[in-house]
Amino acid sequence: MRIGGRVCARPFFCSTFGIVVQGLHVENTEYFVALFTNLLHFMAKLIVNRLLLGVLTLFAVSVLIFVCTQILPGDVASAVLGQGATPEALVIFRRELGLDVPAHLRYWHWLVGALHGDLGVALTNKRVIIDEILPRMGNTLFLAAYAALIAIPLAVGLGVISAINEGKWSDRLANVVTLVAISLPEFFIAYLLIIFLAVDVELFPSLSTVFKGMPFSERVYQSTLPAFTLTLLVAAHMLRMTRSSVLSVMSTPYIEMAFLKGAPRRRVIVRHALPNAAAPIITVIALNMAYLVVGVVVIEAVFVYPGLGQLMVDAVSKRDVPVIQACGLTFATVFVLLNTLADILVILVNPRLRHKR
Amino acid sequence: MKLFGHKLTVSAAIGMAVVGLFVFISLFTPWIAPYSESANVAGTWDEPSAKLLFGADQIGRDMLTRMMYGSRMTIGVALAITTLSFAIGILTGLVSAVVGGWVDVFFTRLVDVMLSIPSLIFALIILGVFGSSIPVLIMTIAVLDSTRVFRLARALGMNLTVMEYVEAARLRGEGLWWVITREILPNAWAPLVSEFGLRFCFNFLFIAGLSFLGLGIQPPYADLGGMVRENAAAINFGIMAPIYPATAIALLTVSVNLVVDWMLSIDARPSGAQAEL
Repeated sequence: MRIGGRVCARPFFCSTFGIVVQGLHVENTEYFVALFTNLLHFMAKLIVNRLLLGVLTLFAVSVLIFVCTQILPGDVASAVLGQGATPEALVIFRRELGLDVPAHLRYWHWLVGALHGDLGVALTNKRVIIDEILPRMGNTLFLAAYAALIAIPLAVGLGVISAINEGKWSDRLANVVTLVAISLPEFFIAYLLIIFLAVDVELFPSLSTVFKGMPFSERVYQSTLPAFTLTLLVAAHMLRMTRSSVLSVMSTPYIEMAFLKGAPRRRVIVRHALPNAAAPIITVIALNMAYLVVGVVVIEAVFVYPGLGQLMVDAVSKRDVPVIQACGLTFATVFVLLNTLADILVILVNPRLRHKR
Repeated sequence: MKLFGHKLTVSAAIGMAVVGLFVFISLFTPWIAPYSESANVAGTWDEPSAKLLFGADQIGRDMLTRMMYGSRMTIGVALAITTLSFAIGILTGLVSAVVGGWVDVFFTRLVDVMLSIPSLIFALIILGVFGSSIPVLIMTIAVLDSTRVFRLARALGMNLTVMEYVEAARLRGEGLWWVITREILPNAWAPLVSEFGLRFCFNFLFIAGLSFLGLGIQPPYADLGGMVRENAAAINFGIMAPIYPATAIALLTVSVNLVVDWMLSIDARPSGAQAEL
């Protein structure tokens, strides 16, 4: 099999790339079209199953959120207003929340509304929730993407290097540093960075002022410190997992075979182990991306970054139930989507799933 | 140096010393704290001196005293959460593994759904509806955390429930409770203990994080996360005030992790329940 004029020794792994870079430098188009339709048949079922499971999970999550916010407290109105509320205030508040309608109907209206992009109106300031969420969601995703762009290459690269040098001082150093980084609270790292990079050396602002329509470079500059903090948090975990998934492949017989035929350690890891370690690494990356989007909550609070996390924390302290529901649903959706995406990628990169049993 | 018949590493020894110090301080805070919890003894964010080892906080209370009371509070709440979480998680997990059938399916699916909402978001939802008080905090985080314990306990139980001695106990007519407490639990202790350390760390950070967001333990109680929040503004003037309680949190979690790392390394046997997980 040829890709880009180079003979590939291991068709499985290369065919993955063949699909990804289709049309870029593929010589034998017909072959790839045939391969692609075949793959479609073999894998489509798995992927469709996974997508359906994702939709089912989202549905269950929405039920759980609804149960927690509407049914568990018994009466949201008295839970929010507290014991001192007058009966009249309770009645008005219940009607405002629509609590005079049976629970299953309320859930139905909420779900249908959410699917149409209508998440209701905030209790405290009567703003339309979806209009508040969308720009903040954009800010949060921007920050998460910024951190991911630094963290993923850094962590996977260092993780592989660490696995190559297993047991040497560089590996042990990486082990200790990442263990410490994982067990530190987010705000500790954030404040250390502020002290060193914003107060001692005035490189970056300690508060990220991000607003609509600001120039892209300025936005990148303003979100650098929060992105660095997130990078440190996520990269440590990813590095450890990359290292351990490469090392767990290293203990299999075919790797021993590769060593026995005299291949150098570096080559064994990069050419033999890494393709098979790809699936767990992708899972780890996706998990950490999900963590990025969620773990951003504390970081946003430190840097007063106007993201979705801030909105949710504000809503929780004001006990604005519709906004809490909406933010919770949004976060959970991103989380489920990323996990589903990871599972689909794992199916795609796994050569064993490409053949009929 | 040896402990329980195992060689003690340097990092584990350091970890144990720090954890021991924290435990000592938490137990005897009212007797060893230099000032009272709420006394104003200096000006806002006074510099550290011989009288005030870590300076003063945002309204002139002694930082060291507040940190001692704060550690006591945060460690106490985190311990309560972890204990409750293990009680729930082990019980449901082992019942799920031993009974099997629809009970198992029910618990597993419930846990799957709960784990598909990030726990911080889940906690925020519950706290937003019920308001933040210490019992609500403990209950909420314990239930959320018990999902992880459930998975571990169920996996352990699955491995043990097929053993001959469990079969024998069932055949001689022992009940569910006996099988769980007398046959399975004694053989599942080792991995559960190191998991306890990890979960404690996680919960400690979780509660500190929530308090930092202003949604955890509420004033007037001192707690480490809340102290970071209260003193956060000082950082912009280059004052180190929020760093001290944050360091205390970091120190404890890193130390517990060092100890757990050591315990995992002595637990890692080539065969047995631990290896099969």
